[in-house]
Amino acid sequence: MQKKQKTPLLLAGMGVGMFAFGFALVPLYNLVCSVAGINGIATASNQAFISASTVDYSRKVTVEFDSTLNAGLPWKIEKPANKLKVHPGETHNISYRATNMSDKAIEVQAVPGITPWQATEYFKKTQCFCFDTQTLAPGESREMNIQFIVDPDIPQQYKTITLSYTFMNTDRSNT
Amino acid sequence: MSEVATHDDHHDHVPSGIGRWLFSTNHKDIGTMYLIFSLVMLFLGGASAMVMRMELFFPGLQIVDPDTFNNLVTNHALIMVFGVVMPAAAGMANWMIPIMIGAPDMALPRLNNLSFWLLPMAGIMLILSMVVSYLPGTGGQVNTGWTLYPPLSVQAGMGMDFVIFTIHILGISSILAAINIVTTIVNMRAPGMTWFKLPLFVWSWFFTGLLLIMIMPVLAGGVTMLLFDRHFGTAFFDAAGGGDPVLFQHLFWFFGHPEVYVLLLPSIGVLGLVIPTFSRKPLFAYKPLVWFMAMLTALGMVVWAHHQYTIGMSLGVTTYFMIGTILISIPVGMMLMSFIFTMWRGSMTFETPMLFGIAIILMFSFAGVTGVMLAVVPADLQYHDSYFVVAHFHYALIPGALFGLYAGVFYWLPKWTGHMYDEKLGKIFFWWTTIGFNVTFFPQHFSGLAGMPRRIVDYSPQFAEFNFISSVGAMAFGLSHLLFLYIIIKTIRGGEKAPDNPWEGSQIGTVGLEWNLPSPPPFHSFTTPPTIK
Repeated sequence: MQKKQKTPLLLAGMGVGMFAFGFALVPLYNLVCSVAGINGIATASNQAFISASTVDYSRKVTVEFDSTLNAGLPWKIEKPANKLKVHPGETHNISYRATNMSDKAIEVQAVPGITPWQATEYFKKTQCFCFDTQTLAPGESREMNIQFIVDPDIPQQYKTITLSYTFMNTDRSNT
Repeated sequence: MSEVATHDDHHDHVPSGIGRWLFSTNHKDIGTMYLIFSLVMLFLGGASAMVMRMELFFPGLQIVDPDTFNNLVTNHALIMVFGVVMPAAAGMANWMIPIMIGAPDMALPRLNNLSFWLLPMAGIMLILSMVVSYLPGTGGQVNTGWTLYPPLSVQAGMGMDFVIFTIHILGISSILAAINIVTTIVNMRAPGMTWFKLPLFVWSWFFTGLLLIMIMPVLAGGVTMLLFDRHFGTAFFDAAGGGDPVLFQHLFWFFGHPEVYVLLLPSIGVLGLVIPTFSRKPLFAYKPLVWFMAMLTALGMVVWAHHQYTIGMSLGVTTYFMIGTILISIPVGMMLMSFIFTMWRGSMTFETPMLFGIAIILMFSFAGVTGVMLAVVPADLQYHDSYFVVAHFHYALIPGALFGLYAGVFYWLPKWTGHMYDEKLGKIFFWWTTIGFNVTFFPQHFSGLAGMPRRIVDYSPQFAEFNFISSVGAMAFGLSHLLFLYIIIKTIRGGEKAPDNPWEGSQIGTVGLEWNLPSPPPFHSFTTPPTIK
């Protein structure tokens, strides 16, 4: 092939390659998030964390619980106690009670968020209903569990952490 | 050389009628069409800005409803970026690069025709995206701004689909144009026109073309995912399905930040010709300047997330993007230094292109300073999404991109039309538009620092004075473009006959071959390659 034909083909190849790269960013992004433990994505290392950590009895961190129903989701959510004072390193179990108020089965994905976000890496969830989607039959009510542990390495300045869940209907045609 | 270039003028075959334009493969005709298209879009994008500024004259709602206002924000940005600056720069590349490097035409002339004619189609689609939301059953307006962030963009009405396909078509058009231009620069240089003899404008387009080929496909991918999320039940950006809206921000700004350099670089290229010409000195540090352009291109690709400091990235990532962003001021600063040292002790004259050139150096440096402020994370968390950002990027893009193109228009109008433009009117236009621009955007720094959010139809009465001044300036700035249009039409229709080389200093330094051709150049030029000593 002549050099003169090579240049445009090379450049076009570059364009096609970058289009593919755009799509490759999707798994790459999730990979980076889970490796770095950012974005609230659970990592396998959380489970091992329980046995490895020692409890820091010298201080307490307040964990507040919050929940939001995404637009038009006909569920009722009862929070656990508004807040809980925990020692860093202690394992705690709490649960949200969810009730499907509609006459249809609804599949929901809960999306967690931590405020302040800088504390996200110190708040470890070892079990969470948010790891999977949750389906409730019409009128069904269920306790949904979370097991968490606050990392003893959490800096002193974070005295209160808010754990907030947004409950989202996975079937978007309803909203 | 001039004889070689023009000896076969008399058997120049110029096609006639509408077919000359529809089926054109001539780089000069296609360049002209690009420029006319961008001029039309300039008035369309300008009109949308005028409506916004009229609405913002006083607090309260007067002219448009909030959704229409937000749709105008979206359209203003998309039209100005994709419809005005990029086509105008591509038009200049089409017109000038072949005759600068001594090529008979672009490397891929038929592709050139395709990449132009996709543009008007995309333009019509973009206008439809705004119109369609007023029809029943089409959902809400495209009220997202040009960044098209989900989840809002997933919920927007049918207009959003028009915007997505507009971006696809525009993307294809600019990728094809970029492939064509880079191939022309690589393969079509006349014998002896070595890489480091190329005029700076050619270099600037070499890097712009590479950037376009690397970034446009990523945006196309991003909006394709958006389309799938909207209609085919995927969840790339939907948290309920395991996706993440922040991912779109990364895809968008991976395109969006280098795009700033796509808009800037061609204008830097024009400055690299205008400043030496009217200083009558060769461009200071030409070779380093080319390398700094390469550095800017490379750095520009890896700093996108400084548009997203507030999304909650980790400290390490934020620090990386902050340092990278501040590093960018080095190549940009070097470019401006190079222009300042070119003027140093030169025999300067102040024709309209030079006036624009000097104004660009002053005002673009100012945007650079506010840019460094915005790059610093703790400060940016305060300035984020305020009018300070609006002021910053308009100071960057209007002098940095638009005024550079105006300088190019006045610099090359004699070559394109064969007539000298009216210097007196040109200078009036320069002062009118520059003062109008500064009156519009300078007060926005203050309203931004005082806390006025951007993309908002109404505002607290405490910002009333700044917004009033801004709107008065905007009306003046907008109206000045009617004079611009008048100057161009007057120059096309007649005026003093332009010599082959109308500028005394244009033959100093690394110059192209365009001044060896008559003004206007023959329909076919350099059919036999010239030789450069």
